[in-house]
Amino acid sequence: MTDIIKLTAAEVAAKIASGELTAVEVTEAHLARIEAVDEKVHAFLHIDREGALAQARAVDEKRERGEQLGPLAGVPLALKDIFTTEGVPTTVGSKILEGWIPPYDATLTKRLKAADVVILGKTNMDEFAMGSSTENSAYGPTGNPWDLTRVPGGSGGGSSAALAAYMAPLAIGTDTGGSIRQPAAVTGTVGVKPTYGAVSRYGMVAFSSSLDQGGPCARTVLDAALLHEVIAGHDPMDSTSIDEPVPPVVEAARNGSVQGMRVGVVKQFRGEGYQAGVVQRFDESVELLKELGAEIVELDCPSFDLALSAYYLIAPSECSSNLARFDGLRYGLRTGDDGTRSAEEVTSLTREAGFGPEVKRRIMLGTYALSSGYYDAYYGSAQKVRTLIKRDFDTAFEQVDVIVSPTTPTTAFPIGERADDPMAMYLADLCTIPTNLAGNAAMSLPCGLAPEDNLPVGLQIIAPVMKDDRLYKVGAAVEAAFVEKWGHPLLEEAPSL
Amino acid sequence: MTTTTDLVSYEDAIAAYDPVMGLEVHVELGTKTKMFCGCSTALGAEPNTQTCPVCLGLPGALPVVNAAGVEYAVKIGLALNCEIAEWCRFARKNYFYPDMPKNFQTSQYDEPIAFNGYLDVQLEDGETFRVEIERAHMEEDTGKSTHVGGATGRIHGASHSLLDYNRAGIPLIEIVTKPITGAGERAPEVAKAYVRELRELIRALGVSEARMEMGQMRCDVNLSLMPKGADTFGTRSETKNVNSLRSVERACRYEIQRHAAVLSGGGTVVQETRHFHEDTGTTTSGRVKEEAEDYRYFPEPDLVPVAPPREWVEELRAGLPELPLVRRNRLREEWGLSATDMQAILNAGALDPIVATIEAGADPASARKWWMGELARHANESGKALDELAITPAQVARVTELVAKGDLNDKLARQVIEGVLAGEGTPDEVVEKRGLKVVSDEGALTAAVDEAIAGNPAIADKVRGGKVAAAGALVGAVMKATRGQADAARVKELILEKLGVSEG
Amino acid sequence: MPGITREEVAHLARLARLELKPEELDHFAGQLDDIIGAVARVSEVADQDVPPTSHPLPLTNVMRPDEVRPSLTPEQALSGAPAQEQQRFKVPQILGEE
Ligand SMILES: [Mg+2]
Ligand SMILES: [Zn+2]
Repeated sequence: MTDIIKLTAAEVAAKIASGELTAVEVTEAHLARIEAVDEKVHAFLHIDREGALAQARAVDEKRERGEQLGPLAGVPLALKDIFTTEGVPTTVGSKILEGWIPPYDATLTKRLKAADVVILGKTNMDEFAMGSSTENSAYGPTGNPWDLTRVPGGSGGGSSAALAAYMAPLAIGTDTGGSIRQPAAVTGTVGVKPTYGAVSRYGMVAFSSSLDQGGPCARTVLDAALLHEVIAGHDPMDSTSIDEPVPPVVEAARNGSVQGMRVGVVKQFRGEGYQAGVVQRFDESVELLKELGAEIVELDCPSFDLALSAYYLIAPSECSSNLARFDGLRYGLRTGDDGTRSAEEVTSLTREAGFGPEVKRRIMLGTYALSSGYYDAYYGSAQKVRTLIKRDFDTAFEQVDVIVSPTTPTTAFPIGERADDPMAMYLADLCTIPTNLAGNAAMSLPCGLAPEDNLPVGLQIIAPVMKDDRLYKVGAAVEAAFVEKWGHPLLEEAPSL
Repeated sequence: MTTTTDLVSYEDAIAAYDPVMGLEVHVELGTKTKMFCGCSTALGAEPNTQTCPVCLGLPGALPVVNAAGVEYAVKIGLALNCEIAEWCRFARKNYFYPDMPKNFQTSQYDEPIAFNGYLDVQLEDGETFRVEIERAHMEEDTGKSTHVGGATGRIHGASHSLLDYNRAGIPLIEIVTKPITGAGERAPEVAKAYVRELRELIRALGVSEARMEMGQMRCDVNLSLMPKGADTFGTRSETKNVNSLRSVERACRYEIQRHAAVLSGGGTVVQETRHFHEDTGTTTSGRVKEEAEDYRYFPEPDLVPVAPPREWVEELRAGLPELPLVRRNRLREEWGLSATDMQAILNAGALDPIVATIEAGADPASARKWWMGELARHANESGKALDELAITPAQVARVTELVAKGDLNDKLARQVIEGVLAGEGTPDEVVEKRGLKVVSDEGALTAAVDEAIAGNPAIADKVRGGKVAAAGALVGAVMKATRGQADAARVKELILEKLGVSEG
Repeated sequence: MPGITREEVAHLARLARLELKPEELDHFAGQLDDIIGAVARVSEVADQDVPPTSHPLPLTNVMRPDEVRPSLTPEQALSGAPAQEQQRFKVPQILGEE
C-alpha cells in the first residue's frame, strides 16, 4: 500500500494501463492514506469517497472493455475547493458558502472527469483564495507535512499539503498572486501558474478576475505537465480564454535541458526580507544552471518594486465587486432574517457573519480604491504600473529565455505568526506577483532545504506568455540534476506522518 | 409625503422659464438569447426557467458577449447618426439590489459603443426638431420582483418579495440625449415625439418590438428649468420609468409646472429621482438616500474589449433600412397628402397597415380610407391598436378589390369588414355566408327600378321635369327593396335612362 | 494622502454591505490606513503618460453566436435558495425605489 501512494502520477497511470494496478486499488490506497493522516494535516474540506470510487470503477471497466485510456486515467487528484463540482459541496473556504452544492461543474472539473482523473475531494484554502498560509480558511488551518506547526503556504495550502503528505499524486491550485507557487515552494512540491487565459476560469470562484489562473500541482515536473495538458485549452465559456493550441508541455518535461539557454536573474528579487538559507539555495540553483549549460544574464526590472502595491489595489478592487453576489438571497448563508428586517439589513448581517477578517479587509480596501475621488490615484495608477511591469518583462525576455528567482522570500512560517500583520503576510508573494500582473507563466519547484530550519525552498522559473513549455524544459533539467545530487527526491526527507 | 404639491399654470411656467430636458431610454433588444449567456429571452415563461449559472450570478460563472447584441447596438448607433467606437469596454456598475444577481450591472461607462449623434423628430404640425444624442451603450436588464403581503402589491408595506430572474441579463441599450434646449412650450411635445420616433426607428431596424406597454422600452425624464434668457441649467429632477408616450408628455408638463412653482416661490429644486403616477398624472419624490450613490465603475475584467472592425460597421451602415422619417416623407409625397393628414395617420398608428394594404394590391386612397375610417373607429371602440384588429392588410386589400370590381358597394364592404372582425372568415367567406353580393342582375334591377317609379309617380315627374337631384329618393327606394345589395351608381343610371333624362 | 477615519470606514462598510461591529470599525480604520499608506506609492506613476492595463492579454471581440443553450431547471436554479415560494427566490422586504 505505501508503495502505491509514493508513485508518481505517470507511474500510476502506466500501472493502471498495464493492468498491474486497478484504479480502484489506487483510489482506495489514497483514501486510506487520507483516513490515516488527514486528521493531523487537514488538507481536505470534503472527501468524495463514493464519487471517487465510482470514477475509479468506470476506469477499470473501460480498461476491461479494451478502451483506450487517457494518460492520467485513474490517477487520484485533490481539487482545490474553489472549483465548482456538480452535486459536491464547494465552499471556497468560506462560511458564506457552507453547504452550497453547485448545480454545475467548472470547465476544469469537466475536463478532469473527461480525462478519467479521479477526484478524491476538495482541499482547504484561504477563504476566497485570499492569503498565503491557509490560516484564513473558515474551517481551520492546514498543517505543513514537513512541520505540522507551520503553514503549508496559501491560498492553496490544502492542495500542496495533500501532495506532500502523499494523499494524492496530483492536485489543482489557483494562483492570483502566488497561491500555487508559494505553497509548492514551502512544501517541497511542484506548482505551475500557466499563462493567464490558458486554463478556463469558468466555474472557478472569482477572487480577482484579471489575475486568477488555475494550474497544476504535483510532486514532479512531468506529472505537472501531464495535468497541465489535461486542464489547459480554449473554453468558449471564458471570454479571456486563449484560443490557441496548448504549448507542448509534456514533450518539454520529457526533454529537460537548459543547454544554451539564456537565464535571467532580476536585481529586484533579492535584498531585505529574504531569508539567508533561501538566498543560499537560490544562488546554488543559479550555479547549477550554469553547470548545466545555461548562460546567466543580470536583469533590471525597476517597476517590479511597485508590483506588490499595485497588486494590493487591483486584487481587492476586483474582489470587492466579485464578492458582492454573496448577499444571502439566492444561495449560501442567510443570517438575521427574522421576518422584520429588510433585504438590505439581512444582506449586511449575512456578509458580516459569513466573511472572515481578511476577506472583509480586502473588500473594504477595494471599495475604497474604487470609490470616486480615489480611483485615479489608486486603481488607475495600479493599472499603469501593470503596463510598466509588462514592459519590463518584454524587455527582459528580449534578453533571456526564462527568468529565475526564489519563489518566496522565506520558508514556511509558524501558524499564527503573521496572522495579525497583514503587511508581513503580503510579503510572502513578493516574487510571484509580477507574473500575475503581466499574465505570463511561472513554476515553482524544490531546490533544497534551508540550512537554518531544514524546510523546503522553492525555485521560481518565469517564462513569457504562452511559452509555458519552457518552464517544463528548464524545470525538468533542474529537477533531474537535483535528484541526482541528492540521491532521491526532496520529499523523501520529509518526516513521516 | 402627504403635503400637496404646488403647481403654477403651464402658461405661466413657460412664460417665466425655459425647460431643459434630458431623456434616457432603455430598450430591450430582441435577441434570441441574453446578453452574456445562452438563456432564452422568450416572454411569458414560467418563473426561473430561463436562468443559468451566468445570469443567476452563481459563484464561478463568467459572461460571454452575445454577438447579436453588439450588432444591434451598432445598428441603433448608426441609425442615430452616431460615431461608433473603434474600441470600447464593458464596465461594472456596482450597487446592491436584490433583482440584480451579481450585485453589479454589466454596463458601459465612459466608453459607450455609440456616441455623438442626433435624431430628427417631427412635431404634430409637421415641424422638425433635432434632438442630439449623447451616447448609446449596452447593458443588461435585471430580474423581476413581486412584492407580497402589502395591500397593493407595492413595495411599501410588503412583508417579503419573490424574485424571478428570467429577465435578468436580457440585453438593453440605453440611449441618452444631450440636454434638449430651445423647445420652449413645446418641450413635452418634443419629448413625446422623440420617444415615438425612437420607437419607430428601433422597430424599423428590426432590433426590438419596443413595446412600451410590455416594458420593452422605458423612459427616464430629466427636467430642469432656467429663467428665460439665462444660460445656466437649473437643478434637475429625474422621473423614472415613464412607460407610455402620453405619460412622457404628461410627466414633462407636470415637472415644468412643479419646478416653476418651487422656483417662483423662491425655493430650490431638490435633485432627486421621482416616480410618475399614471392615474393622477403627477410625480412624487423617490426615496431620499442618506448618501450619494457611488457606483465604483471599473472595466469588466471578465470581458475583453469590443473593437468593431470598420469594414463591418460600414457593411451594417449600408444595410440599414430606410429610416422612418425619410420613409414617411416619401410616402406623404407619393400619396399626395398634407402634413396634417400624414400626422393623423401616424397618430392613429395606421402607417404600417396602410403600407401593407397597398403592398397587397389596394390603391393608396382606398387603403387609407378604410384604415382611417371604419377600422380606426373599430379600434377605438374596442380599445385596440390597429395592428391588433382581427383583420389583415391583405384582407382589407381584398375588400377594396371587391369594391373596385363593383362586387361590393361601400355599405356592403363595411358589413364584410364587420364579419371578418367578428371572426366569420375571409372577406370572400363573409360575402358568401352573409349573401352580400351587389345585385348586378340587370333584369332584377330593372324590375326594382320600374317598381320604384310606379310607386313614386310624383317624384318621377319631378325628375322628368329636370330635377335630377330628386332621383336620390328613387335610388333609395331601389336600395331598400334590394336590401342594399344593389350598385347605387348603376341604379341611378337605370332610373335616369327610364325617365329619359341625362346627367350634367 | 491617507488618514482613514472611522467614519470613512463606516461609509465603506455601508457601500460594501458589511454590518461591521464597533470594534471592527476601529480595527479596520488602523489597518486600512497602514495598507493604503504602504501601497499609495503607485500614485507615483499617476501623471506618467502610460496606458492602463485592465486585461493581461490583448484580446478583443470575443463573442458567442446568438443561439439558445439549455438553461438550468428551476429546481437546479433554486437548489441553493435560503428560501423560496412559487418557484421564486423569497427575499426579505426590499427597501427601495418603487
Ligand atoms: Mg443604465
Ligand atoms: Zn443564463
